[in-house]
Amino acid sequence: MSQLIWNGLFVGSFYALVALGYSMVYGIIKLLNFAHGDIYMLGAFAGFAMLTVAGGLATSAGFVALLVVLVLAMLVTGTAGLILERVAYRPLRGAPRLSVLITAVGASFALEYGMRLVAGPNPEVYPVRLSGTTVHVLGARITLEQLALVGIAIALMAGLQYLVMGTSTGRAMRAISMDPKASLFMGINVNRVISRTFFIGSALAGAAGVMAGAYYGKIDFLMGFIIGLKAFTAAVIGGIGNIKGAMLGGLTLGMLESFGTAWLGGEWRDVFAFAFLILFLTVRPTGILGERVTERV
Amino acid sequence: MASKLSSLMENRYLGWIGLAIALLAPFVSATNYSLSVMTSALLFVMLAVGLNIVVGYCGLLDLGYAAFFAIGAYTSGVLATRYDWSLLATIPVVILAAVIAGVVIGGPTLRLRSDYLAIVTLGFGEIIRITANNLEITGGPSGIFGIPGISIGGLDLSSPVAFYYTCVVAVALAVLGAARLGRSRLGRAWRFVREDEDAAEAMGIHTYKVKLAAYIAGAIWGGLAGILFGAQLTAISPQSFTFLWSALILMAVVLGGMGSTPGVVIGAIFVSVLPELLRGAADYRYFIFGVLLIVVMIFRPQGVWPTHAVERSARKRRTDDDSTVEVNQ
Repeated sequence: MSQLIWNGLFVGSFYALVALGYSMVYGIIKLLNFAHGDIYMLGAFAGFAMLTVAGGLATSAGFVALLVVLVLAMLVTGTAGLILERVAYRPLRGAPRLSVLITAVGASFALEYGMRLVAGPNPEVYPVRLSGTTVHVLGARITLEQLALVGIAIALMAGLQYLVMGTSTGRAMRAISMDPKASLFMGINVNRVISRTFFIGSALAGAAGVMAGAYYGKIDFLMGFIIGLKAFTAAVIGGIGNIKGAMLGGLTLGMLESFGTAWLGGEWRDVFAFAFLILFLTVRPTGILGERVTERV
Repeated sequence: MASKLSSLMENRYLGWIGLAIALLAPFVSATNYSLSVMTSALLFVMLAVGLNIVVGYCGLLDLGYAAFFAIGAYTSGVLATRYDWSLLATIPVVILAAVIAGVVIGGPTLRLRSDYLAIVTLGFGEIIRITANNLEITGGPSGIFGIPGISIGGLDLSSPVAFYYTCVVAVALAVLGAARLGRSRLGRAWRFVREDEDAAEAMGIHTYKVKLAAYIAGAIWGGLAGILFGAQLTAISPQSFTFLWSALILMAVVLGGMGSTPGVVIGAIFVSVLPELLRGAADYRYFIFGVLLIVVMIFRPQGVWPTHAVERSARKRRTDDDSTVEVNQ
């Protein structure tokens, strides 16, 4: 039982990290960024490339090397997010919603198969694996590395919370999500704030990618597809556009999956999660923490 | 040149020309390989025309269209191999299954914001694929094999040439049906919902019902194409119904021109035949498709063969010939 809860929390913190970027972008410009899961994949591959280049140095330094790589990979994916926004989404601001969605699908496709061109179709094995000492807490087997990863995730989320609630950029973001036009009149550089949002969201997804690579040990160019869907599910469960909601939703989804797997078997895990998404949208489309969204005419 | 092109685009015999090309194509090349490529292209046309009802006419983004295709293929495949039904007899069951699936997915999500539908359909596509992979009756990961060909009465239509012509007839009917549906009262309601949902609602269109109708119509087209797919390949497996398929069908619709039947047909033929011509560049093609989607959306969102041309011809006909005035409510 406590093992199930721990597994759920652990996987849930990954989901939460990816869901945050989804939710932030959606909250600000009402865009479903389908390519977000692929940014996560990009993060995993960026980390992989750096660790491979560092070679023996990285494997001996272990966890510290991983932290450095994590930060660098966040910079890479953040920049990728910036470029993506500039090239694919900004020209379409104000275009019909359908065109923007289709562009997002195209971006996701281009990232996936672009990576396939670069890295080849076969899965790669991560050079640094995290598997170490286990401690037993309340009957659950927990490795220290798992604890560290959850710690990093919590630290990142706390940092984000400060950024959004405590800085001027964060205030600008919240203003834009309420009313982009009025924010423009109030002297906020809307384009720059949106770029920053993409940078932050993509950096968080990249961090999750490196962590997932180091933990699961195997990465491939399609790994972002399912996690993108899961992260969206998490964002919807928590209330899309709401940062605390995304964290809560990620953890909830992780728990649900963990228990669902225990009841139904691992092969039904994804079916369970997506069926839950559909059910949730029927019963409470605004999510746990979300407010009722009224579409303006 | 431009006026010549647009008059060609508005030609009312366009459908007949297309049909004639499809009928005569085997006289140019009738090897098994070319027949199989052409049959696949036809199936692709059918799928694209079906998705066009949802995406093009009604403006709903469906990213799990392969799910309906899979439902059709599996329903008919299971009935044909395990219970010895003939494929034709499975058609009503397939339609029923597609409608049920359409209602189950569309029912809850079509009430919500339109972009939720996109991602829920994406999840639905995965649900269907994984379910087919896990269940015993669908043959698990190895799928179903030994699906019989189509036969009408005692006439066996499973040879490549006969099957090709069967597909020509079926797909022609499907294209015609979708085009007629698009010009019907319901079709006008769809386009109204696409252009401005709130205005449509204010004008008394029950937008939820109309959207559900589009979604179900798309499901039926997809399911029927699934039957033909099973008959063509005689074997189906979960790998045949990945997101890639849904994305490629969407690609065909977007490239050709959302809402424009001739455009979508051309788009589907392009997307399905091009990979055969570019075997060497196989690694690049999906990457190029992705970039192409972005480029088309930014620079030419109406596609290569926009629907505009069709609407103008309807207006022209009205002024030319007053006896056949179409009354637009």
